[in-house]
Amino acid sequence: MRDSLNRMAAMTARYYYLLRSSWLRLLELIYWPAMQMLVWGFLYTYLYDSKSSMTSTAGMLLGAVLLWDVLFRGQLGFSFTFLEEIWSRNLANLMMSPLKPAELAASLMLMSLIRLLIGTIPVTILTWLLFGFNIYALGFGLFAFLVNLVLTSWAIGLVVSGMVIRQGLGAESLAYSVMILLLPLCCVYYPVWALPAWLQPVAWSLTPTYVFEGMRAMLLDGVFRADLMVECLALNAVYLGLGFTTFILLLSSARHRGGLLTMGE
Amino acid sequence: MSNIEKFPSDRKAKPMPASLPVTDTPTEVEAEPAIAVEDLCKKYGSHWAVDEVNFIVPKGWTVGLLGGNGAGKTTTIAMIMGLVIPTVGSAKVLGCDMAQERHKVLSRMNFESPYVALPARLTVRENLMVFGRLYGVSNVKARIEELTEDFELGDILDRATGRLSAGQKTRVSVAKALINDPEVLLLDEPTASLDPDRAEWVRSRLRAFQQRRGATILLSSHNMPEVEALCDFVVIMSKGRVVAMGRPKELVERFKCEDLDEVFIYLARVA
Repeated sequence: MRDSLNRMAAMTARYYYLLRSSWLRLLELIYWPAMQMLVWGFLYTYLYDSKSSMTSTAGMLLGAVLLWDVLFRGQLGFSFTFLEEIWSRNLANLMMSPLKPAELAASLMLMSLIRLLIGTIPVTILTWLLFGFNIYALGFGLFAFLVNLVLTSWAIGLVVSGMVIRQGLGAESLAYSVMILLLPLCCVYYPVWALPAWLQPVAWSLTPTYVFEGMRAMLLDGVFRADLMVECLALNAVYLGLGFTTFILLLSSARHRGGLLTMGE
Repeated sequence: MSNIEKFPSDRKAKPMPASLPVTDTPTEVEAEPAIAVEDLCKKYGSHWAVDEVNFIVPKGWTVGLLGGNGAGKTTTIAMIMGLVIPTVGSAKVLGCDMAQERHKVLSRMNFESPYVALPARLTVRENLMVFGRLYGVSNVKARIEELTEDFELGDILDRATGRLSAGQKTRVSVAKALINDPEVLLLDEPTASLDPDRAEWVRSRLRAFQQRRGATILLSSHNMPEVEALCDFVVIMSKGRVVAMGRPKELVERFKCEDLDEVFIYLARVA
């Protein structure tokens, strides 16, 4: 156990050294969420000031954008941290070291969280200061939303990283594109009932749906839907298990196919 | 290994030329060799990249794995490292099957390959620190100091690895490969990017390491003088198969050649 923790600490140090080596990388973590927040923040201000029927949904829109960004950036943080190993042709060094796949995955999860916090905290404070929208007012609900979204982002990150190991850099674009598939299905900006009836079970099979429904219940009705969060957590446990199993199977498949040694060439 | 010299022929498409002896093998074999490769095959699609390769590397020996481009050396080394799973056969290191139980021995071995690089943005010190901790080196800082002295890394220790010259990178990669004082070291073209002077300097460091540690080294190279200088034994591959094995001098005598270079060229043409 101690050896395992040491190896994870070594990997965390490796990613810390990488972040530290370039202020541009650090800036980039904040830049995209900040720009996106500015656009949606101005829209929020416009809707709020217009006193139209959309006023009540303006805050919900901004909350949805912030939470979607947690999911999106969480997955990107996981996948990009892994892709760094491919880009630097370092994967074989790691695979030949005593580092176990579970330890690599845990290190990527930790780094995804750190990157997420670096990118998200300044943006949420900016939103509060510029647009008066305080997402921290959601209290424990926000914590439950974040935990569930981060767990989902890790499950997806594991599958994306496994695909890159199996298929090589040809699968790199999955890191950007896979989340877009979820966007219409997990009801970020509209309730589940807005979907066609046949698509609603699909939406309920996706963990982010529970979070966004929970967020709407909280912002519109002031109710924390613990039932949704518990269901979501259970579903996340399944998805995380599936994600890790997929990662291991794809790694094993890559060892059968060959190419791990020359990956990134 | 009972069948170290056996080349089963029931599936063979290309029988070995009778003139190519493949029967020499290390004789001072201990009960458990450091590396044991048995009936090793790897098939990609319809192509056998490695075809029934058998050899052992006794503990403390330095063995050269030679062959032209596409001979199957890198695939063989990748299977010995456990990065590629054999289609048939097995590769064992320190008694562990590398396809199934590689994590039992990974902390006791290490490797260096031109296909692999250290993270370019990290400094040399940071890279050695990360790998030292990954390999569970007890006093990483002291070990880095030793390697810094051995490989004259003092001037470049705090420079980004990506900004180093090819020769400096090779020295750092070899230093990384020795960070855990490995019992088994796999080297793929360790001096390929070095000038002759630096190459000899690295060879002297490897010899010193091998003698001090009693380590086992499997070395892939195209540099025949290097192989003759470093290796106790040589395995020559062509088209995925072993076409000759023996001590360098024995091979030169057996094939009536001037040196190992000539042996290599001869075997590459006839095999």
